Amino acid sequence: MIFAAILAGGIGSRMGGTDTPKQFLTLGNKPVIIHTIEKFVINEKIDKTIVLIPKNFINHTVNLIKEYIGENGDIIVIEGGETRNDTIMNSISYIEENFGIDDESIILTHDSVRPFVTHRIIEDNISAARKYGACDTVIPATDTIVESVNGRTVESIPVRDYYYQGQTPQSFNIKKLFNLINSLTEEESNILTDACKIFTLKDEDVYLVDGEVTNIKITYPYDLKLANTILEDGHD
Amino acid sequence: MINIVYRLKSPKFFEEAIDETELDGVVVRPTYLSICQADQRYYQGSRPAEVLEAKLPMALVHEGIGEVVHDSSGELESGDNVVMIPNTPTQDDICRANYSYKSKFRGSGFDGFTSDLIKLESDRVVKIPDDFNPYVSSFIELITVAYQGISKFSEIAVTPKDVLGVWGDGNLGFITALLLKVKCPDSRIIVFGKHLENLNLFSFADEICQIHNVPENLVIDHAFECVGSSASQSAVDQIIDLINPQGIISLFGVSEYPVPINTRMILEKGLTVQGNSRSEREDFVGVVETLKQNPQLFEYLEKLVTNICEINTLNDLKEAFDKDYISHFGKTILKWNK
Repeated sequence: MIFAAILAGGIGSRMGGTDTPKQFLTLGNKPVIIHTIEKFVINEKIDKTIVLIPKNFINHTVNLIKEYIGENGDIIVIEGGETRNDTIMNSISYIEENFGIDDESIILTHDSVRPFVTHRIIEDNISAARKYGACDTVIPATDTIVESVNGRTVESIPVRDYYYQGQTPQSFNIKKLFNLINSLTEEESNILTDACKIFTLKDEDVYLVDGEVTNIKITYPYDLKLANTILEDGHD
Repeated sequence: MINIVYRLKSPKFFEEAIDETELDGVVVRPTYLSICQADQRYYQGSRPAEVLEAKLPMALVHEGIGEVVHDSSGELESGDNVVMIPNTPTQDDICRANYSYKSKFRGSGFDGFTSDLIKLESDRVVKIPDDFNPYVSSFIELITVAYQGISKFSEIAVTPKDVLGVWGDGNLGFITALLLKVKCPDSRIIVFGKHLENLNLFSFADEICQIHNVPENLVIDHAFECVGSSASQSAVDQIIDLINPQGIISLFGVSEYPVPINTRMILEKGLTVQGNSRSEREDFVGVVETLKQNPQLFEYLEKLVTNICEINTLNDLKEAFDKDYISHFGKTILKWNK
């Protein structure tokens, strides 16, 4: 089976100026999270789309889905976890309990605040996860990357050609991901903020899928303003 | 649903744009697209400035096939291959929808097919078999234009159809002559053109003829003009000279300039001049059926596939248009990965 996990576990502490988590703010004429879910729901290769949300927003999310998408048995809303990896683990546990995990099952994990993900990116993730077991969506870094450990002086300036900016989806063979997460020591778990990092830490290959510059993450108020402006421009 | 659309912002400059569409109808992922002269005129900026000003930014390309992603009616299945119909009626009209002012046309009045996904009404797609050659299928729309012109001609012609002349040794001339061989099997098809190297590709025609070397006493019953631009004038002149009384002249060639026509001889011979542009659903259904029943046509039509360009970036799209511009014959196919 193919699953999508829409990660909306966080409460958007960086957004500022509003109490509403950023995934529920309006983009065009729908909440950001609805735009994101739609992209996965219309892809009939994806069997179930699991939306992981803070506990106190579960009912709200269910109502929004009903209002904008309608009754849909393929969308499941469950509680997210403390950290990103906890949230992913919640989705895997849910899958294991309700559907079982076979060798072929894959999961596409995607930020709920990246509503501009394209169909092409999703399709490429499905192909790469099936073929290689793990993939990450990236775009080449355009700005020069500067490394500074002390935050005051430049330590090094790596060759930009070797650096990419990570986007989502990040997609995995579920069994492989599950086994790797379970094999982590507590120390390793603490330093892992990114699911792909689990694979690289265990010397497993993660393949690159081309992202898009438009696949932006709505993190700051400026991003939402920009996104709405681009969308209005498209309507002219 | 949010959709990413790749629009021509100004001549030779594409940009990403974000659009929002509803999820009713059919959602298609474009797979193979084909560049038409009309797209090239926008890309090169050769349309009048006021036209460019009014229509850009706009996604180009109105010839193409795709894969169904979602159909709200449930009639089509995800993964079905379809050809997309660019003409989009907004209201009923007393004339055919491809001539109606109440219709919009992709890549002319609104966005064409260069986008991540395309949302169409369910009657704007026609299913094609999985074994259809995708390169040829990408320009089915162009074939439908010839098809609808020939269908209309068949309805109105009153005099015999023994000898049919096709003017133009380009893509549309090739397609029109080929379809005439199928739809009018008892007629003799003569292709008139300027370039011998192109004419030599018309091996299916009964005769080829260079326009400056027409045999004396050659006459035709009906004519199909597939020349366009300022050369239309000499083509139409020659047609009027060679055509028998009460013949039909079907015009297909687009010209940016007004073309003078010898009306005196049109009157004297009682000729009918029939304009042809665009096509409608029945023409797409007809072409798909014709191709199913005559699979040998793919082999001929494949000769038109000149360039196959993989499009992963907007720069690839630009290079494909540049490549198409310097090609003298054939179609540029875009394998759409963007």
